[in-house]
Amino acid sequence: MQVDRLAAGGRIDRGRPLSFTFNGKAYQGFAGDTLASALLANGVRLTARSFKYHRPRGIIGSGVEEPSALVELTGDDASANQPATTVQLRDGLQAKSVNCWPSPVVDFGSVNQMISRFLPAGFYYKTFKWPNWHLYEPSIRKAAGLAAAPQNPPAGGHFENRFGHCDILIAGAGPAGLMAALVAARAGKRVMIADEGREAGGSLLNRRLTINCRDAAHWVAETIAELNTLANVTHLQNASVWAYREHNYLMVTERTSDNPSLIERNWRVRAGHVICATGAIERSLVFGNNDRPGVMLASAAQSYVNRYALRPGKRAVIFTNNDSAYAVANDLATAGVDIAAIVDSRNEVPREVRATIQETDVFAGHVVTTTKGGRKLRGVEVAPVEGGKSQQISCDLLAMSGGWNPAVHLWSQSRGTLRYDDQLACYVPDQPAQASSSVGAADGKLTLKEAMKSGADAAASLCATGPAAIPQSDDIDYSISPLWRVEQAQGPAFLDIQNDVTVDDVHLALREGYDNIEHVKRYTTGGMGLDQGKTGNINIVGTVALQKDVPLQDLGPTTFRSPYTPVSFGAIAGIREGSVVQPYRHTPITEWNLDRGAFMYEAGARWRRPGYFPRDGESFQDTVNRECRTVRNGVGVYDGSPLGTYELKGRDVGRFLDHIYSNIMSTLKPGQGRYGLMLSDDGLILDDGVALRLDEYRWIVSTSTGHADAINSHMEELLQTQFPDWNVFITTVTSQWNNATICGPRARDVLAALSTDIDTSSQALPFMTFADGQVAGLPARVVRVSFTGELSFEINVAPRHMRELWAKIMEAGAPHGIEPIGSEANHVLRVEKGFLSLGHEVDGTVDAHDLGMGWVMSKKKSDYLGKRSVNLRREGEAVRRELVG
Amino acid sequence: MLNIPCPFCGQRNESEFAYGGPVKPDRPQPDKVSNDQWVDYLTQVPNPLGPVEERWWHVKGCGTWLTIWRDTRTHDIVEEPGDAG
Ligand SMILES: [Zn+2]
Repeated sequence: MQVDRLAAGGRIDRGRPLSFTFNGKAYQGFAGDTLASALLANGVRLTARSFKYHRPRGIIGSGVEEPSALVELTGDDASANQPATTVQLRDGLQAKSVNCWPSPVVDFGSVNQMISRFLPAGFYYKTFKWPNWHLYEPSIRKAAGLAAAPQNPPAGGHFENRFGHCDILIAGAGPAGLMAALVAARAGKRVMIADEGREAGGSLLNRRLTINCRDAAHWVAETIAELNTLANVTHLQNASVWAYREHNYLMVTERTSDNPSLIERNWRVRAGHVICATGAIERSLVFGNNDRPGVMLASAAQSYVNRYALRPGKRAVIFTNNDSAYAVANDLATAGVDIAAIVDSRNEVPREVRATIQETDVFAGHVVTTTKGGRKLRGVEVAPVEGGKSQQISCDLLAMSGGWNPAVHLWSQSRGTLRYDDQLACYVPDQPAQASSSVGAADGKLTLKEAMKSGADAAASLCATGPAAIPQSDDIDYSISPLWRVEQAQGPAFLDIQNDVTVDDVHLALREGYDNIEHVKRYTTGGMGLDQGKTGNINIVGTVALQKDVPLQDLGPTTFRSPYTPVSFGAIAGIREGSVVQPYRHTPITEWNLDRGAFMYEAGARWRRPGYFPRDGESFQDTVNRECRTVRNGVGVYDGSPLGTYELKGRDVGRFLDHIYSNIMSTLKPGQGRYGLMLSDDGLILDDGVALRLDEYRWIVSTSTGHADAINSHMEELLQTQFPDWNVFITTVTSQWNNATICGPRARDVLAALSTDIDTSSQALPFMTFADGQVAGLPARVVRVSFTGELSFEINVAPRHMRELWAKIMEAGAPHGIEPIGSEANHVLRVEKGFLSLGHEVDGTVDAHDLGMGWVMSKKKSDYLGKRSVNLRREGEAVRRELVG
Repeated sequence: MLNIPCPFCGQRNESEFAYGGPVKPDRPQPDKVSNDQWVDYLTQVPNPLGPVEERWWHVKGCGTWLTIWRDTRTHDIVEEPGDAG
């Protein structure tokens, strides 16, 4: 039963009822509801237990500011720790409270309340510091009880990323953002407007105001309709601008779209200019037991009664230090809520504000000191702000307004500066750091008229159009007198409701010497919850300011960091998950390998290579041993295609290679090759490989598979930055050549059986030479190198010929017992021969001498990369490790 | 994500580039410097609070190694600072 739902009004669709469950119990709401509004409509007030003390908690806000009502979604779209105020209701939604077990009504963890005086700020750090915090952290986190990450990925759909480009990005589609969009779009700018709400309108959706003498909703609808006809406008709803990075690069997560298979889309937007029209967020007030279910932000109560057509209480007390709550009292009264009293901490209430609410008791110069009730609010204690006798007023709703904070989060992330505005008692944008401006409530323009004008003016100045016409609107002025905390509060007065941080905790932190505002934050954890202290942070600053007797301008808010609101990892990753992150690279014989039962794995640089080829029932070790024996005693073949291959052309290649290799390459004759080491200039080994000289000016450099890209970068950087006048051109030909390497004592027999016009005798084709010709009817380059230490012929062909070559090798080699060899056997064979094994002996700390390879260090060359450093290191007496055996 | 000006491709996203680090002084002639000077050359990398000259490789673009001046406090890409002398 939606006992607290109003019969008419609101932006919900009573024709579309939606069923959902909360803590296992079935309820019904309407399309247009959030989970929070649906729960309130059903009379549910107790929704969660608090993080540390397991105190009963209800719904406090109506949007992203919600500090209290966190839920875990279960079922198909499982998700942890969502504010109930931002979960859009859908049919079949399943939600449960966090921080309590088994339920918020019966919660065993609430025993923490009894010992709360033993759990002050810093308690965990102080108590669990030996031997170290990390030993205790997991179980403390578990007891703290925020929901765990879901076990499984979403049942259906996917996430995606998309780039966006625009002249002007407008964050927020409230009155100021819409005015800015309208002016910029009419001037022909490429405009992107993104708003976190389900529908555009911002604060206008929650309030009862008129524009051009009609319900403001008409103006919103007309404006959106016009924007949507313009091709130069991209309009996103359900889209949070959550990060403002350098060079006007912003992140926008769009949660729903026309595509049902798309869960979320993260836009990465590069904007010419950014207009922050992010509105303002109401502050809570800080008094005793200000966390009891039934205590709510005034703006939230207003939203629930106007937008969601529900009564958040039957009898309300309004507690405020500013004018905006009077309109809330009016709206609640209109909906039939009995207004018991308005408690205003100011001694003087502006007459025109007082006049808006005629028949209600206004307790000027009074404060709420504490609330009464158990799991539900039953009344408040009210006393004069100067001290004196208190009285009790019964109520089931306390709507509080501590004033308004411009949502400067994005502005501040962009490194725009803030200043404290004494008149408005809040931090407002000061100097921009990038091409950005702030408009509307986000800029401290807290009345509708000012907000619309600032949006229009900002866009007009960007577009160099004349001043735009501003629609007429009704709104009363705003004034405030700050109240950072109620001094005579009785009971815990929470500054950060999500993290259970009280005024006492902040005072304790100050006493213990943590008096920098960033230290107070970390020591008390105030503002470090999922809500990032949107309703409470400035009260913390105010509380510190009062205690230290310094102006707020000198304290400053803590640094605002992205994300503005929680973002799912899926949205950030997009489709880049699993093998899509970086696709694997395959050679043309991958299928053959798989058919043959190869165990495939990544062998550097995303290449999938066969590790070994087990026969039925053969163990890993037996397989590797057999493959090694095949090469030592008979003949094996492996696919060497993934080796990095670069063709270097130009007059200065020889000279260049002499610089980057430790040995001399320039003396090679065409047709010859040489093994060499590349060192970095600090004398450590970068890579090893073979250089071949094709002719006077053409060379092939081969690198290890894993370092191919790094060597390419290394060579290009040297050529472009240090030797720009050297005549060397590098072409990556790794994928232009594949090779099958036949190795073992019978390798020459197999090559003969393949039929080739190349003379493969050791006189005609000695070690470290190569020849071009035909092999098995295919154009090929045969190179006599040896990776395994056995007689080897590396047969290089074009990739389109690789499968044919491979098949012919297996056919011609069959009488000789040829077997395919995986990477594992290759490594074993190399190590057995005492050859260098990159990544094993070479770990970035050794030089060639350490490896018994001093011979590769040229003594003839006066200079090459690494020479000076190797010599320097060996000049001293220091003992170095040496590879032996 | 920086917006890096490539002399050939124009303004491109940082994700198209590989970072090449701050520009070090020119490599000295190894046989013309003392041990200490050589070690300094290898290990002393400019790390100013303010504009730093650094290299980027447009590896997913045209392949150019380019140089920019970036203010490490703001990420702003700035003009080469004038000669103080
Ligand atoms: Zn480029």
